[in-house]
This record gives sequence, C-alpha cells and structure tokens, in this order.
Amino acid sequence: MRARPIMAAICLLPLLSGCGMIVLDPAGDVARQQGDLVVISTLLMLIIIVPVMALTCWFAWKYRAANTQATYKPDWDHSTQLELLIWAVPLLIIICLGAVTWVGTHLLDPYRPLARTAPGQPVGADVEPLEVQVVALHWKWLFIYPEQGIATVNELAVPEGRPLKFRISSSSVMNSFYVPAMAGQIYAMPGMETKLHAVFNETGNYEGFSANYSGAGFSNMRFGVRSMTPTGFERWAAQAKNRGTTLDRATYLKLERPSEKEPVRRYATVETGLFDRVVNMCVEPGKMCMHDMMAIDQRGGMGRAGLYNVRELSYDKFAARGTGATASDRYIAENCSNPELLGTSLARVEDQPVDLAQLTGAGLSRPRSGPLAAKSQTDKPSSARPALTPVSLTEPAS
Amino acid sequence: MTTDAVVSTSAAEPTFLLGKLSWNALPHDPIVLATMVVVIIGGAGLFALVTRYKLWGYLWKEWFTTVDHKKIGIMYMILGLVMFLRGFADAIMMRLQQVMAFGGSEGYLDSHHYDQIFTAHGVIMIFFVAMPFITGLMNYVVPLQIGARDVSFPFLNNFSFWMTAAGAMLTMASLFVGEFAATGWLAYPPLSGISYSPSVGVDYYIWALQIAGVGTTLSGINLIVTILKMRAPGMGLMKMPIFTWTSLCANILIVASFPVLTAVLSLLTLDRYVGTNFFTNDFGGSSMMYVNLIWIWGHPEVYILILPLFGVFSEVTSTFSGKKLFGYTSMVYATVVITILSYVVWLHHFFTMGSGASVNSFFGITTMVISIPTGAKLFNWLFTMYRGRIRFELPMMWTVAFMLTFTIGGMTGVLLAVPPADFVLHNSLFLIAHFHNVIIGGVLFGIFAAINYWWPKAFGFKLNQFWGKVSFWCWVPGFWVAFAPLYVLGLMGVTRRMRVFDDPSLQIWFAIAAVGAFMIAAGIAAMLIQFAVSIWKREALAETTGDPWDGRTLEWATSSPPPAYNFAFTPRIHALDAWYDMKGAGVEHPADGYKDIHMPSNTGTGVILAAISTVCGFALVWHIWWLAGASFAALIVTAIAHTFNYKRDYYIPAAEVASTEAARIRQLASAGA
Repeated sequence: MRARPIMAAICLLPLLSGCGMIVLDPAGDVARQQGDLVVISTLLMLIIIVPVMALTCWFAWKYRAANTQATYKPDWDHSTQLELLIWAVPLLIIICLGAVTWVGTHLLDPYRPLARTAPGQPVGADVEPLEVQVVALHWKWLFIYPEQGIATVNELAVPEGRPLKFRISSSSVMNSFYVPAMAGQIYAMPGMETKLHAVFNETGNYEGFSANYSGAGFSNMRFGVRSMTPTGFERWAAQAKNRGTTLDRATYLKLERPSEKEPVRRYATVETGLFDRVVNMCVEPGKMCMHDMMAIDQRGGMGRAGLYNVRELSYDKFAARGTGATASDRYIAENCSNPELLGTSLARVEDQPVDLAQLTGAGLSRPRSGPLAAKSQTDKPSSARPALTPVSLTEPAS
Repeated sequence: MTTDAVVSTSAAEPTFLLGKLSWNALPHDPIVLATMVVVIIGGAGLFALVTRYKLWGYLWKEWFTTVDHKKIGIMYMILGLVMFLRGFADAIMMRLQQVMAFGGSEGYLDSHHYDQIFTAHGVIMIFFVAMPFITGLMNYVVPLQIGARDVSFPFLNNFSFWMTAAGAMLTMASLFVGEFAATGWLAYPPLSGISYSPSVGVDYYIWALQIAGVGTTLSGINLIVTILKMRAPGMGLMKMPIFTWTSLCANILIVASFPVLTAVLSLLTLDRYVGTNFFTNDFGGSSMMYVNLIWIWGHPEVYILILPLFGVFSEVTSTFSGKKLFGYTSMVYATVVITILSYVVWLHHFFTMGSGASVNSFFGITTMVISIPTGAKLFNWLFTMYRGRIRFELPMMWTVAFMLTFTIGGMTGVLLAVPPADFVLHNSLFLIAHFHNVIIGGVLFGIFAAINYWWPKAFGFKLNQFWGKVSFWCWVPGFWVAFAPLYVLGLMGVTRRMRVFDDPSLQIWFAIAAVGAFMIAAGIAAMLIQFAVSIWKREALAETTGDPWDGRTLEWATSSPPPAYNFAFTPRIHALDAWYDMKGAGVEHPADGYKDIHMPSNTGTGVILAAISTVCGFALVWHIWWLAGASFAALIVTAIAHTFNYKRDYYIPAAEVASTEAARIRQLASAGA
C-alpha cells in the first residue's frame, strides 16, 4: 500500500500543488493507507481513462466532416474483436481494483484493531490501545477518557504512536466523526455505538469535525485535535485532572442542550458508565436503559407491569432532549435495572469475548494484535454476573 | 450561545380554521420578501398579458387539458426549465455564501435560510428539473420513435404531468408560506423527525414528493406499456431505437423503485403525524432503516436520470457521424445490465455507517462492476465516431463534451466505491464534485444535446447556432471552473453543507468555484437568448423537410412539427434504423388511401385532480384537517366522476388527414426542389 513517490508525483501536477491536501498527506497511518488507496485506484483507472479521452479527441478531430480524406464506412457497426476488447479491458481493471478493494476494506476496517502503528511497526501483544469515548452532542463533541478518568469538550488530545480505540455515539441526531489527519470517518448515531481504530504518527495540531449535516449549528461543530508526545499527553491529562470539574449525569444533561461554538472544557472526573448510559439513552435519572428494555422484550415483556410502565415516551418525539420540559413522568421508568432481573443484559458488549473471525475476509489473515484476543481471555469480570433468577415476569411489580 | 431554534417554531397554538398557518408563516427576511414581491408582480404581469391577449381559452384547450404526448412532453420541458432557474438561483446563493463566510464573517445567510437553500437545491434539481426533463423527452420522442399515435394511456399522461407540476408548486409555495425542509435533500431522520424538525419544512418536502411521485410512477407505467404494446408492426425488441430501449429500462426502474420512496416517506409521515416509531431514536425505531430504504430508491434514481440520456447520446452520435451505431446489441445488453445492477449498489452511499468489511466490499465491488457496461457504452460511442463523417452541430458538441466530462466523473465515482477511500472522501466536497460531474456532465449535457437535436422536430425550426455555441462555451469550461476546485477542497478534507469556514487558505478555491458558477449563469442566459432569438427568427431557421439532421429513426419520417396523429399510416418496420432504411429503399410518401384516425379527447380532469391534490397537500402540511379531509373526498369524487365521462375519443376525418398530408407533400416537394 505504499505509494508515497507516486503521490509526490501527483502533487507535482500544477492544479494539485500546494498540497494542503490533508487527505493525501495525513499524519496517521490509517489515513495514510486510505489516502494511498485513493492514489492507487486513481492510477489504475487512468490506465483506461486517459486512452479513452485521447481517443475521443483524436476521433473527433480525425473524422470531422471537413476531413474528406478520412475513411468513411457508414455501415460498419460490428467487430467481435473490438467488442471483446472493450468489455475485457474494463473487466480486467475492475478485477484488479476489486482485489485491492477486498483486501483494503478488510485491512482498513475501522472496527478491526490496529495490526501496526506504522509501516514495519507491528503492535505488540502487550500494547493496550487508548480508549476514547466520543459523543456527538447537539453541535459540540464530548470526549471521555476512561483510562485517565477525564473528559473534554471540543478538544481531542492523544499520544502519538499509541493505538487509539474510539467508541462513538451521538445524543440526538446523526453525525460523522472525522479527523482527516488521523483516519477516515465513521457515523455517530444516537442509541448506537460505532467504532474506529486509528493512530497518530506525528505530533501537531489538527482539526476534526462532523462530516454529516446535523442541523443549524453544524458548521461550527469543530474540535481541535492535539497529537502529543506520550509524556506531553500525560502532562496534559494530569493538568485536566487537577483543574477541571466533574462530569456527572446532571452536568451531561445540561451540556447536551443545543449550543454552538462551545469553548474547550475539561472535566477532572467522569461518572462511571456515563458513555454506556448515553448509548442506551438513559442518562436522565430514572429512565430505563435500552438494553434493559430489549432484555425484557426478549423475554416476552413484563405483562401488565410493563404496560403500566410504557407510557408515552417524551424524550425523543415531543421534546428534544434538553430543549423542552422533559416531562418527568412520561417515559419508561427505570424499574428494572437490577442485575437480578436482567442478568447478563447489563454486561457491556465490550466485555464479551470478541469473535475475531468476523474481522477477517476470505483469504485474509486474522488480526494478530494482542489487546482484543488477550482481553477476551482475561478481562471478563462482568460476565460473572449472577444469572437471571426465575422471577415471574407476569406479576405486576409492586 | 445556547439556541432554542429546535423548538422555537412550534410556538403558536393551531386553530381549527387555519391549522398551524398564521401571519408568521409569511417571510420576514428581506431577500425572501423581495423575491416574493418580484414573483407576485411578475405573476400578475403574466396573468394580465394572458388575459389581455385572451389566451386563457387557448391555453386551457390546447395545452392544459391536452392528452397529446407531444404537447405534454413540451410542458414537462417548460416545467423543468422554470424549476431549473429556481434551483440554479439556490446554487448561486450557496456559492456566494461560501465564498463570503471566512475569517469570522457569517456571510449573508443564517443557517435557517442556508440549510433550506441547499435542501431545496437538491430536491428541486433532482425531482423537478432532471425528472421533468427526462420524462418530457421520453414523452415527446418515444411514441414517435416507435411509430405510435400517442402513449397507451393519454389521460394518465396528462394527469401525471399535472401531479408533477403540483409537487413543484407545493415546493415553491414553501418559499413564501412557511419554510422548506432544512435537512439535506434526503431528509435523514432523526433530524427530519418531529422532535428535531418540528416545523412545516419537512412536511412540505414529504407532500411535494408524494404528490409528484404519483405522477412519476404513473408516467413510468404508461411509458412501459406504450413501448411494449404500441410499437409499429415489424419493430421487434432488437429493432427498437436505442433511446426507446434506454427509456424502457429507465421506466422499469421508475416503476420498481418509486414505490420504495413512497413507502419510506409514508413511514416518515406516520412518525411525524401520528407518533409511530419507525425511525425515532428509541422505542425500537431505526434511522438506519430509513437510510437504507431511501437509497434503495435513490441509487436506481440516478440511473433513471442517466439512462435516457445515454440513449440520446447514442442517437446523436450515430446521426451526426452518419453511421450505424457501433455495437447496438452490446449497447442494449449494457443498458439492461446497468438496470439490474443499479439495485445492488445502494449501500455505497453509507459505507461509513458501520457495516462489516465484507458487506462494504460487496457493495463496493458491485458498484465497480457497473462501470464495465458503462465503459462499454463509452467505447461504443467512440467506435461509432470512428470512420464516420462527424458534423459538429450543437447536439454533437454536447455529446463530445459529455464523453470527456463524464469519463472523469465516472472515474471519481469508482474511486468513491472503494470503501477505505470513501471513508476519507465521504460527504466531502469531492463527493459533491463527483455527482455534479456525472449529473451535469451526463444528464444536463444530454438534455441540452436533446433539446438542440429534437427542437426542430417539435417546433419546425432549428435553434440559433451562434447563441447555442456561446452557451456551450460558457457551460463546459464553466462547469470545470466551478467543480474542479471542489475536488481539490474535498482532498483538503472540506465537508459538504458547511455555512462558515475557519481556514482562510480555502477561500481562494471557493472564489474560483464562484467564478465558475457565474460562467454557468452566462451559459444559462445565452441558452435563454438562444431560445428567444430562434423563436424571433423562426422564419429564417424554418425546417420544412421534417428531417433536418439526416436522421435515422422514425420521428424524422414525419413532418416538423408532427400532426396530432403523428403518422397518417402506421409504418411497417424492416430494419433497426427504420427511417434510414426507408430512405435507402426510396420509400415514397403515400398520397392517398387515408382513413379516419381514432384519437383521444382532451380532458380537464388531470388539471382538476392535481389542483385538488395541491390543496390537500397544503392542508396536510399546515394541519388544516377539515380542508385535508374535504379535498381528499373531492379527489375521490372527481376521480370517480371522471369514469362516467364517455366523451373520451374522436375521429379525425380522412378528408382532414388527406389535406394535412397533401400540404406536407407540397412542402416536401418545394423543399426538395
């Protein structure tokens, strides 16, 4: 996937010079491979595009009506050899491009843990990626660092050279998390979690933004990205730890109200499990989490207890969160969040063994990086939750 | 900095009489207000002129109520042209905003307006410009090419047109009464749901598209049946002109994909009006479902637009190269393959939504596979030019411009089909450049080629060459100046739908793009002048032979403009290029033996139904329930009443046919002499 000389050549083209082209000259290994794919695919296609355009001009000139010297064959309309050629050549190019696509798509799957941080630098089995939880709020970005226990608004700071693992969600509408210098984008969607693995290979300040229109404040939904040396990052995290305030559920609910051009903010501590509550749309106190609801549904519902509980849900439909009076009694109450009742549904998907087979394509080797595989064997405290006790779900909860 | 925009518009209490409608719905913004004043004055002026010259009766009898496919085709083209001017005004406004909003400047548009403008631009250009243009072309040309006297269901054709016009009208009404959607042209939920878009914008969007969609679907059915059932004797499927073939495929796509749009918009409607949860965030709703469904319609839609124009380019290349089309059979197969494949590529519009790598690869590769038949088509045009005698009339100029422009657009399209490349280019200005590259370079250039090609057939005089060339030379370089910078900006990581920018180094590229937009504006102006000058000088440009370009297909066999009945005798087909074959065989114009010709009668029902639909749509947008109910009932009653209308047809007497044809023969003789 290395095409830097070719890329440099492309940049020499007058139109493309200057190369503030972050997409082709990024600072992270993933984005670089993606940018290289852009160049490789373009070159592959130029093999056929250039001759076609040249032939078009040539034929248009040569066979102009004024040129009576040129051969004129008004009834010539078929040639098996030519037909074979015009179907076969594009086919061959598409076969090449298809192979590149198959391999590239699997190797650069944003869900796939990084196998390398740079060309020739495989990720060691003992390297744990830095997890950052990303929430797209109505027109600003929240980043939670579970390892450091801190959070920031509109500022993403990461250590250079360490694999990064982003867990991405949104509080209200669809956005797209995109840092062109680092890696390609992935949608941030409410009630859902997407993932992205990436790494920075250079230090510096870059920009990130939402790449999917999300309403009035969309244009200003930008955040600074600071790629720092590992020590610099630790210093930064320590500073945040010392200075900032606490991000608990109440603060979050205030934060997620629509606002634009929010200044950078840092929080020294973050309430445990906040991101999971965001994904499951149960940050508001007393509201049932989606995974609980789904677990109950899976078991056939709660009978009359459930019926009484499921009143009109105001959160999503009649008062966008934070913008109207979030009516206190008009949502599904959190009456079933005890592990006894819900069993393993409370366990994070994250804690369950990851099936690496899903992350390979036919003909491709499995990702060999340690973290996931190691995690699936060792780090599973939550799967030891008590199994569901046989509570009768048809009894109305008192 | 906290904004309450999300809920502010739902302030007023609805009333029984007017629903949510109140004086607040009228524009306050100076730009919109000025536009409204101009439109009202212009409309009043037009009304006065039509009344002054007593044209209402003529318009009603000859045009509005017509069931003649040719007149309906022309009305579609006029609708497309008018809406094109509106859509282009939106484009210019966006270009200006983006070039101004740098260095802390907010530009001249706030997000409330800017977001509506880019949404309206997309909706109008696709649904009310490109669709009417291609439907108009197919309506006009297909029956002539297959030797038919009209389409299969002439009344349905009139009704379809007026439903499309009604959708356009509702969209235009949103400019002055209330607002349009500010969601992007596909209105993804949850943003388009009731909680994040509580005002009427999305409702205008929904009802405009639903009403227009009725027209589109019905016209699709109509044209399929026409092509399959009404071909002249001897015209087997593999003797059908290539434009008819591509039209057939496009209409099959319409009939198979528009119901999906109807369904997905209906689900969104239910979410917004009755509180269901198909696409909401919780209670089991899934916005990803909407995204999938709308693109299952949306991708075939792209091919609905481009396929008929591929047909146009084939006809034009063959005619102006003075040669048979190279590889007709492979051209037909390529068209059919594209038709089928266009259904298995929709996911490439959202590789970034988190599907697995194998799913993404599958859809990426199917997308690339489409480029094979498309490439084959391009080669076929190339080898049609090879060893031809190419006359560079305007249609051929547009065709060559298309071949050069579209190739680049196709290349960037395949590039975007590589999922990892898409991750860095998705939603960027690179994507915007790509699809304008194929839609302007393919669809619009094709429409311009077609207008220049078939205008003499429709009106009996050619279009002025000078202004046509001015337009061409403004448009083609203008396109590149406007969109090449967007490719560059995309590679610089700039995303679409941005209203303000921070990085000052981007401004120069937006400035260049704005220059390009003004070059295109000059091209549009030149084209309007071309039409005006040509109508003015129509005597000098008159075309009396019916066959100005030495054409090859049947439409050139009849007079320009063709008589209401198209062909006095149904032609008998022996070869692919039927008219070329007849010319070669020296077929004489028959001079006697005419019979009475059975023709469909005009009816005003289509206009009335569409008018009631517009009222119904408007009432639904504003929650004026009594009016919605009443107009819906009126719709049903009118439709049923129409079934009791037995005056559906008439005969053109043989004597009248004979005199029309005699005049034609005299004209031909004098043209020949």
